[in-house]
Amino acid sequence: MPTIHIDKIPYAVKAGRNLLEACLGLGFDLPYFCWHPALGSVGACRQCAVKVFKDGQDTRGKLVMSCMEIVKEGMLVSIADEEAAAFRSQIIEWLMTNHPHDCPVCDEGGNCHLQDMTVMTGHNYRRFQYKKRTFLNQYLGPLIHHEMNRCIQCYRCVRFYRDYAGGNDLNVFSAHDHVYFGREKEGVLQSPFSGNLAEICPTGVFTDKTLKEHYTRKWDLTTAPSVCQHCSLGCNTTAGERYGTIRNITNRFNGEVNGYFLCDRGRYGYAFVNSVNRVVQPLLRHRAVESVDDVTLMEALTMRMAHQKLIGIGSPRASVESNFALMQLVGKENFYQGVTEELAYLEKRIVDVLGSGALHCSSLGEIAGSDAVLVVGEDVWNTAPVMALAIRQAVMKKGFLANTTVAPSPLDEISACTLHAAPDDIARLGFAIAHLLDPSVPPVPTASEEIQRTATSIAEALRTARRPVIISGASCYNEALIRAAYAIATALDPTERKVGIAYVLPECNSMGLAMMRAPSIDAAIERTAFEHDLTVLVLENDLYRILPAKKADDFFRRFKNIIVLDSLNNLTTEKATVLLPAATFADGDGTLVNNEGRAQRFYQVFIPANQHIKESWWWLWKLHTALTAASNGHECHPDEVLARLETALPQFAGISRAAPPPDFRIHGEMIPREPHRYSGRTAMLANLSVSEPKPRQDSDSPMTFTMEGYQRIPPSPLIPFFWAPGWNSVQSVNKYQQEPGGALKGGDPGIRLFEQKAGADRVLFTDPPDAFAVRDQKWMLLPQHHVFGSEELSGTAGAIGELTPAPVVALSPRDARQLGVVEGTIIRLRMDQEEVSLPVKIQEGLCNGVALAPAGWPGMAASNWGTWVNISA
Amino acid sequence: MLTHLRTMWLVFLHLFHKKATIQYPEEKIRLAPRWRGRIVLTKDPDGGERCVGCYLCAAACPVDCIALQATEDEKGRRYPEFFRINFSRCIFCGYCEEACPTYAIQLIPDFEMGEYARENLVFEKEDLLIDSEGKYPGYNYYKVAGLDAGVKAKGEGEKEDPPVDIHSLLP
Repeated sequence: MPTIHIDKIPYAVKAGRNLLEACLGLGFDLPYFCWHPALGSVGACRQCAVKVFKDGQDTRGKLVMSCMEIVKEGMLVSIADEEAAAFRSQIIEWLMTNHPHDCPVCDEGGNCHLQDMTVMTGHNYRRFQYKKRTFLNQYLGPLIHHEMNRCIQCYRCVRFYRDYAGGNDLNVFSAHDHVYFGREKEGVLQSPFSGNLAEICPTGVFTDKTLKEHYTRKWDLTTAPSVCQHCSLGCNTTAGERYGTIRNITNRFNGEVNGYFLCDRGRYGYAFVNSVNRVVQPLLRHRAVESVDDVTLMEALTMRMAHQKLIGIGSPRASVESNFALMQLVGKENFYQGVTEELAYLEKRIVDVLGSGALHCSSLGEIAGSDAVLVVGEDVWNTAPVMALAIRQAVMKKGFLANTTVAPSPLDEISACTLHAAPDDIARLGFAIAHLLDPSVPPVPTASEEIQRTATSIAEALRTARRPVIISGASCYNEALIRAAYAIATALDPTERKVGIAYVLPECNSMGLAMMRAPSIDAAIERTAFEHDLTVLVLENDLYRILPAKKADDFFRRFKNIIVLDSLNNLTTEKATVLLPAATFADGDGTLVNNEGRAQRFYQVFIPANQHIKESWWWLWKLHTALTAASNGHECHPDEVLARLETALPQFAGISRAAPPPDFRIHGEMIPREPHRYSGRTAMLANLSVSEPKPRQDSDSPMTFTMEGYQRIPPSPLIPFFWAPGWNSVQSVNKYQQEPGGALKGGDPGIRLFEQKAGADRVLFTDPPDAFAVRDQKWMLLPQHHVFGSEELSGTAGAIGELTPAPVVALSPRDARQLGVVEGTIIRLRMDQEEVSLPVKIQEGLCNGVALAPAGWPGMAASNWGTWVNISA
Repeated sequence: MLTHLRTMWLVFLHLFHKKATIQYPEEKIRLAPRWRGRIVLTKDPDGGERCVGCYLCAAACPVDCIALQATEDEKGRRYPEFFRINFSRCIFCGYCEEACPTYAIQLIPDFEMGEYARENLVFEKEDLLIDSEGKYPGYNYYKVAGLDAGVKAKGEGEKEDPPVDIHSLLP
């Protein structure tokens, strides 16, 4: 570790870092704009100037841009040097000559890197007497607001959008002091990562458009560490609340998971929390007055449930606590996963692989740092967008990428090798690769020459890789793909390299639910055909999304009592005889297990004014105690549920360490959810009652709903917001990291439940499937996921709705010709028990014999995926 | 003894001094324009609401007695959807006025706010908004701001060049 002298004091710093990183890492406040830990240095803004001296005798020194200077042993640096400080102040003054007088109406204000840096350099009075340059804005879609006057030309937006995220519709135009960042023509930004522009822009050129609808300053938000609910990756987020509604979602840095960036589904999918479609009142249906108070409700429930056989349907989008509380209430043998048999089978296979410890399951951070990535069949771009972003980073660092998917994907353009084929054929390619890497894997019979050629080139790249990652997933509803990914990963010799595997799952807690190893919904349907007088509890699950409507209707008809817990009204809640309002991620606590097996806690952001809204596990525990009369008035906390879970299901060992316990204190203080500048406490509720109520207490976590408490850096799972003195914007994350861009202090949050073990047994067979055979007048129906609209909660409302593509059925050009249909023709899909009419999209590159239908679309039940359907024009 | 007499003499002399007491409320005290009393929200010279809902007054308030919610009209002009001051908490420090970047919130020389019920001291926007520019006539924030909120188009502000033609490469 080289030693550098900053203002005559020696410091040991990490070799290979630039001077700016070293200074920031040591806690110095050095202003900067164009440098970003994820984007690197370009030395364009001239803001981070410091003095470097040749030797002890050198008194003049020279100004250098610290972000462009690599630390060297014995370097003599001065940050406080008068000339350097004056230079930095002058740079800001120049940047500010054209900056408009917008701060009061700018959404970035109070969360603005430019404000922070201006204050930091001491520039405070405008001396420039001439006119300001102005620009016209562009409409950039429903997610991002554009206000070009505020630009300081740091180029961060295009460096992120084009270089980091691979978008090509945002660009820089014009020249000299007229450079303009925008699109060639007004229009919606095409990249699903465009929301990050609001965070990457150091000032208010790009701001969050959905926040504008209910604008709140950062200092006025009650925030809590949260985990994204909209795919299986479990990106860390910060959710902000004011006046009882969620206002925005921002990225919460986790070096192992999402790093600095979120996808737009995660950032803008929060609208459902504030939705009018929320279940807000416990209902007892088929009564004169359906909405009931707590006492009547509990009486009615105990009466209906006592001495009844209960079965429970779990949910892949409910927390581990809620699923386990349901399992405890109904008994292990009566608990069913709320997913189809096919999916439960696939997920069981994935849990088998990861649980065996035979392979290391890669985090997103490891994927971004890998040198060869092979995607086996999964449409990562749409099912796990931030993973696609991580893959792109691996490729940008000269890594190898082979992307094999059913339909063309935006990742294809950076792949060295692509294949578009039916899932079985992709799996055969996978087994062919595995055979080339390890001859003990059986060869693929009758493999075409093209498959052999592709397999050889991919196998060659994997053989030379040091940190290869194999990615697959459940979205193709094909078990062979999961086996193929496993076969390739185990065929690679682990003594020469670190092999990683990653499986993408459908929902935020799919992994947690699958790890409970319960039977599927189909098993429940089978069982209820013979048993009578059953009561069913459906936990946060719309069965009409997974079963055909007729089958779901039949299923519900078999029960006298249907108790449904959910946060949003849907077809299943309509069937409920008892409906209980469940909390969302914003009004409840819980733990999710992401695709990597990382257990992460999300914290309640606020206590809703509506006292009926409670976490599902709270309701289920209450029912449990009411039925067994065992509670003694004892309230239940997530930690207790997790502790019981660890005893009951040892595969979850360690999950209770995902977050500090509720009695955790630092110097006797809790962690405040509100910044110390939080305003309006004595006025926000004064219209209801002029006496301020007692602050709401949180017994489930070591966090308060006030601004009082420990004011310094809390442990990494408990960071409610990023703020440091002088650093109001999200750039203050530097102060929370061990080094700029590195892990958070105390390690990145989350507990990994799967660890690699030496000498683990082989868990899956490695025999290849038969080649996909096109059938006459039958098509294999596969889901086409989309970042927007395919996921249930982010749904089709608000800004996400505007971006949801119109539903279409994609067919290959040959199949369309055969059917005699052209683009846009309405065709009828005849599935097992239902029929859907949708327009055709002719997709070049799609293989014959496959039809892609929109995932998550009403009427497209998940049980249809992977089945053969009839199509008629 | 002597001091007693001196005291009585001095008290006697006060009979001929000018009276400090006034017959309030019949007679009003003169308050300077900068006296810090009841808080109002003013309007700009064009009659538009001056408040842009920037939340700086609320942040500056040491007793946190200001709560508001910003919203926007169809032209992009920010204004408070609601603006509430709990005068039963207000200490009339004037920090809100100092923080206000648009001269919207002003403290005026009026202190006659006594109420029997504390609830009546919670003022909403309709109670606060006055049809006047208050102490700072002539200032219209949206004329000097960079953005176009329906008050002036881009480039037509007081110190603004016309919008850049981004298709031109001329200097």
